[in-house]
Amino acid sequence: MAENVLEIRHLKTQFFTRKGVLPAVDDVSIEVPAGKIVGLVGESGCGKSMTAMSVMGLLRHPGKVVAGEILLCGRDITHLSPRELAKIRGSEMSMIFQEPMTSLNPVTIVGKQVEETILLHEKCSRAEAKKRVIQIFQEVGIPEAEKRYNAYPHQLSGGLRQRVMIAMAMVCRPKLLIADEPTTALDVTIEAQILELFKKLRDEIGTSIILITHNMGVVAEVCDYVYVMYTGQVMEQAETFELFANTRHPYTKGLLRSIPKLDEKTDRLYTIKGVVPNLLHLPAGCNFSTRCGECMERCGKEQPPLYEVSPGHKVRCFLCQGACGTAAPEPETLRAAETGKEGV
Amino acid sequence: MLKKIIKRILISIPVLIGVVLVIFIMLRIVPGNPIVTMLGEHVNQQTIDKLTVEMGLDQPAYVQFFKYVWNALHGDFGTSYRMNRSVTQMIMDAFPYTVKLSILAALISWTIGVVAGVVAAIRQNRILDRLFMGTALLGVSMPIFMAALLLQYVFAYKLQLFPISGYEGFSALILPAIALGWNSAGSIARMTRSNLVEVMQDDFIRTARAKGRTEAGVIVFHALKNALLPVVTMMAIQISSMLSGAVLTESVFGIPGIGRLAVNAIENRDMPLLQGTVLFTTVLIIIGNLVADILYSVLDPRIREVK
Ligand SMILES: Nc1ncnc2c1ncn2[C@@H]1O[C@H](COP(=O)(O)OP(=O)(O)OP(=O)(O)O)[C@@H](O)[C@H]1O
Ligand SMILES: [Mg+2]
Repeated sequence: MAENVLEIRHLKTQFFTRKGVLPAVDDVSIEVPAGKIVGLVGESGCGKSMTAMSVMGLLRHPGKVVAGEILLCGRDITHLSPRELAKIRGSEMSMIFQEPMTSLNPVTIVGKQVEETILLHEKCSRAEAKKRVIQIFQEVGIPEAEKRYNAYPHQLSGGLRQRVMIAMAMVCRPKLLIADEPTTALDVTIEAQILELFKKLRDEIGTSIILITHNMGVVAEVCDYVYVMYTGQVMEQAETFELFANTRHPYTKGLLRSIPKLDEKTDRLYTIKGVVPNLLHLPAGCNFSTRCGECMERCGKEQPPLYEVSPGHKVRCFLCQGACGTAAPEPETLRAAETGKEGV
Repeated sequence: MLKKIIKRILISIPVLIGVVLVIFIMLRIVPGNPIVTMLGEHVNQQTIDKLTVEMGLDQPAYVQFFKYVWNALHGDFGTSYRMNRSVTQMIMDAFPYTVKLSILAALISWTIGVVAGVVAAIRQNRILDRLFMGTALLGVSMPIFMAALLLQYVFAYKLQLFPISGYEGFSALILPAIALGWNSAGSIARMTRSNLVEVMQDDFIRTARAKGRTEAGVIVFHALKNALLPVVTMMAIQISSMLSGAVLTESVFGIPGIGRLAVNAIENRDMPLLQGTVLFTTVLIIIGNLVADILYSVLDPRIREVK
């Protein structure tokens, strides 16, 4: 059993805003085993990016990690100085972002921008660095790599820019790559290619990847493990197959049901009723209680802990209390929302 | 790229002709006989007539105009009524002073402006930021002549660190240069600050941090170039406002440059001299704007492409 490249333990990240303390990440624990892809899913605003930014040490004022440990290859990096953090960013862990159009420096050729990462972290001549850039460009599937070295970001398509970003993140062979919605801005064909590339990087370089997405299809496609987040908390976590086969949390069920299916004849697209609560005014008990079709009296009063229903499968729901391994009877849980949207 | 430059130069030509025309017409509307101006009140009619013919003032205005343009194209701006010297020669004598003054003003104000702007941006909303931006606002809003008089009073008259007036060497240029650069420093500082603050919010800055740049590295290697692009353009444009500002500053400090030449010309109704200095300055301003344009497109790869 390979050790974990990354272990997040009881991470709490808060934003100290004028209106109050906003718990963007609330007691999140995530394990990323070596050479695996871990999916982080959830609706907009549930704290996926802030979890990632906390790991990278990239939180900006007024955001702050207030509790928890982040272990990168067994070493706690929560208390590193800015300089020490900068040293491991880009070399041991790296991150790519949702916006390939704006994430590259517009006034520098892309080759130099990737080269910069090498020169920052390794003793290496410019000529050699350039060779490596062209090589990594080829590895991430950039055609005419030598020509592209001299291209400015605006001369490249979104897909190519995202590949440049991946090249930049991967050029120092980091142990951990965090990809924050890397394909959201791209079309489906390019998305599929990029996802293939992630699998290739995992298999050939052995990099562990945290893949942030709100797309359950993407999760099913590439992830080995999944964490479902809601309002800054992990609601359910499991191996991907287990999660899809034995979905336990009402929220996860809702997410899965809102994917349109081709083989089902429905004229309405399913949506989870209600809206994500304001993080400043969370409900008293379970965060999901306001939208949950199976909400019990207890749910409005107490926060459920994470119950381990089978090895590695944890669910934050009272329905799973005491249920170990065997599947509990599944009540028809969530009603179709009355939004009246015509589905496909 | 070359095509674009040539196009810009061609566009400048009608502007120039327009300027010459306007100056020409304006100076002809101004009352007063130039020959009387030249020779004094008590000149007799015979002399006036004779000189009028000699100087071609009896010819129709359009002939005079074309003659003037033709000569100007050959570098001949005519003869000063008052001094009886070649205007071209006078401009060439005065020009080095104006150039020295403007360059010094530019160097001082741009350095101070950029440094203050960067510091203010880094220390956003802290004391240094407030202090620098307050001063910059003062810089932008205080008229040049006021700055000039103030500096002259404090540093030359009271403290006697610099000569009050006249050109006796390099040190005489320092106060006028500061006065002249006063506005520019203010606006450069403000522009640098706001651009840098804005650029620091951009996504590629986050990328630079993610690849392992320290905060200082992020600013120096990624933010500055992006933030200073528009500033450089502004600097090139400021060259023209410095030239016009030089008129006031040179008069206050008695520097024998183009500005003072122009003021003298106005006082003496010396039409050829005034025409010459205004035209010459216009050309400089057009060149300044042209340089600004070209600089911007050379520096910014996104604009470089557009043909
Ligand atoms: N600068 C900030 N100031 C205050 N609150 C913030 C700030 N940045 C983020 N937040 C809050 O942190 C919470 C988590 O945001 P985060 O960006 O992690 O969501 P996300 O899951 O990545 O969503 P998305 O799918 O939209 O990217 C949000 O509710 C947001 O309101
Ligand atoms: Mg996000």
